[in-house]
Amino acid sequence: MDLDILLQILVSGLLMGLIFALIAVGLTLIWGVMDVLNFAHGEFLMLAMYISFWMFSLWHIDPLWSLPISVAALFATGVITYRLIIKKVLNAPGLTALLATFGLSILIKNLAQFFWTPDFRHISGAILSEKTLNILNLNLSLPEVVAAGGSGLITYVIYHLIFKTKTGRAIRAAALDRDTALLMGINIDRIYALTFGLGGACVGVAGALLMNFYYVFPSVGSLFGILAFVTVALGGFGNITGAFLAGVLIGVVETAGGVFISPVFKYTVVFVMYLVIISIRPKGLFGW
Amino acid sequence: METSALAFLKKPSAIIPLFILLLLPWASDNIHFHHVLIMFMLFATLSQAWNVIGGFAGQVSFGHATFFGIGAYAALVPLKKFGLTPWAGMLIGGGLAVILAVLISYPVFRLKGHYFAISTFAVAEIVERLFLNWDFVEGAIGLPAPVLEENLFNFMWYKTKTPYFYIAFALFLLGLLLAHKIVRSRLGFYFRAIKQSPEAAEGLGIDTTRFKMVAMIISAFLTAICGSFYAQYILYIDPPSVFSLDISIKIVLVTVLGGAGTIVGPILGAAILIPLSEYSRILLGGTGRGVDLIVFGALILIISVYQPQGVVGFFRKIGK
Repeated sequence: MDLDILLQILVSGLLMGLIFALIAVGLTLIWGVMDVLNFAHGEFLMLAMYISFWMFSLWHIDPLWSLPISVAALFATGVITYRLIIKKVLNAPGLTALLATFGLSILIKNLAQFFWTPDFRHISGAILSEKTLNILNLNLSLPEVVAAGGSGLITYVIYHLIFKTKTGRAIRAAALDRDTALLMGINIDRIYALTFGLGGACVGVAGALLMNFYYVFPSVGSLFGILAFVTVALGGFGNITGAFLAGVLIGVVETAGGVFISPVFKYTVVFVMYLVIISIRPKGLFGW
Repeated sequence: METSALAFLKKPSAIIPLFILLLLPWASDNIHFHHVLIMFMLFATLSQAWNVIGGFAGQVSFGHATFFGIGAYAALVPLKKFGLTPWAGMLIGGGLAVILAVLISYPVFRLKGHYFAISTFAVAEIVERLFLNWDFVEGAIGLPAPVLEENLFNFMWYKTKTPYFYIAFALFLLGLLLAHKIVRSRLGFYFRAIKQSPEAAEGLGIDTTRFKMVAMIISAFLTAICGSFYAQYILYIDPPSVFSLDISIKIVLVTVLGGAGTIVGPILGAAILIPLSEYSRILLGGTGRGVDLIVFGALILIISVYQPQGVVGFFRKIGK
């Protein structure tokens, strides 16, 4: 085993990890602010991927150019989901919000299957398609590099928005103590809608970037959704930095597991790692 | 405080619906109707089992398919490889599920809320992946039951569903009595105390980890038995059909929809969801485009938005 291969694993894992991280950041944001675990998060990602796919197949708009459309559409999906569903179950006991997002996920997945059939589809002939990049003996696929770079950038934008802006302060206040925030004149309803929209926008970006090198099919969201849940829990629920670092870690471990153990068991390795870490740190790597 | 579980059966409000259920197979010869009845009782029992840990003790598990799948494989593997009766397999499956429940309980029960839920999820994914790649149990190809003579010892019938109906009814009754017994016993109070506030329960001297484990053991055992029944009923299993997240989620949905933490909740939830999902599959599933699941998802969404207390809450409102 020489150094080149190790470096290749590390970099490939890092690239995938940055995308996982962005998906997880969207999920953890919603959880942190309103205590809702959105089970339809993976399905939102699937919608974003289909938007990119149809834009390309029907009107030849490259996934890179249709990215803003996909982001806007998913932001709207998030806001509408909040207004029509989440708002009504927010004060309901225990598992109701969970039930609602389960229902939504089943509904979206099967509507996609109804309208777009279960076929696996992918894009060929886009600007980034099948291009590779060779640096320092490393073979990297250009779409993955762009997707990882874009995901990293957007994760930073979200971080900046939450921690450095006035709106971000309002979001954090709402997360910390809803009633006090309300007394301080923060429009909780708008903040919640915005948060859900931002959660959607994260997968809007991730989905559009993924479409450059990944297949889309109605249940593609399940795998990414499951990984996002594990990432969020690993990083500590509601913790954006935690979700980011956990996403990167999962990307690297998944790739390493695929190479050293077997591609069949690459996600198994991730789940085992989660169980080991969580039994040592019961509130995630960065939770307390 | 402790009443005999059997005394509960003497109440007219319990005995009459049970008696009607017992007679329902004679209402129609339709094979689909019998199938729906059997699936209803199976899922009501699975939901009762989940309710012990998820409803009464408040520890939401997304991994119950693990116990279900272990029960299913424990029935068919020994039957196929060693000719052992599935009834023995059922007990082996129950035993293995209990062992697994204990093994995962130690690390997992320190975790709270969603950390616990995601861990059960991770365990289920790991176990499914192992079975998919385990050659001894035929991996992803799946395991068809051997063709043997139809009788109770072999636990298989081809021409009729009636024996399955009665076995499912026995399971259903077992789940119901167990839930009733737990609610009325000291154990039930411990579980509810843990659900309300683990800290306060600890403060009152309840060993929360131990009682969460007791709840998990009861739940795992009953779920595994249901899995064995399912394997003998369908006579073919593969990892996706018994270990998948879909099964875990369906069990959670039935319980939460009916009303988690109540005895009638699982029965109501199964009575609504199972006929709906089975009949929409029978009627609309043939298109292969998931129309049945569109209806299913939409209904869950509507109920959760307009009836946040579960269906039990709806009936209580009418009762008032």
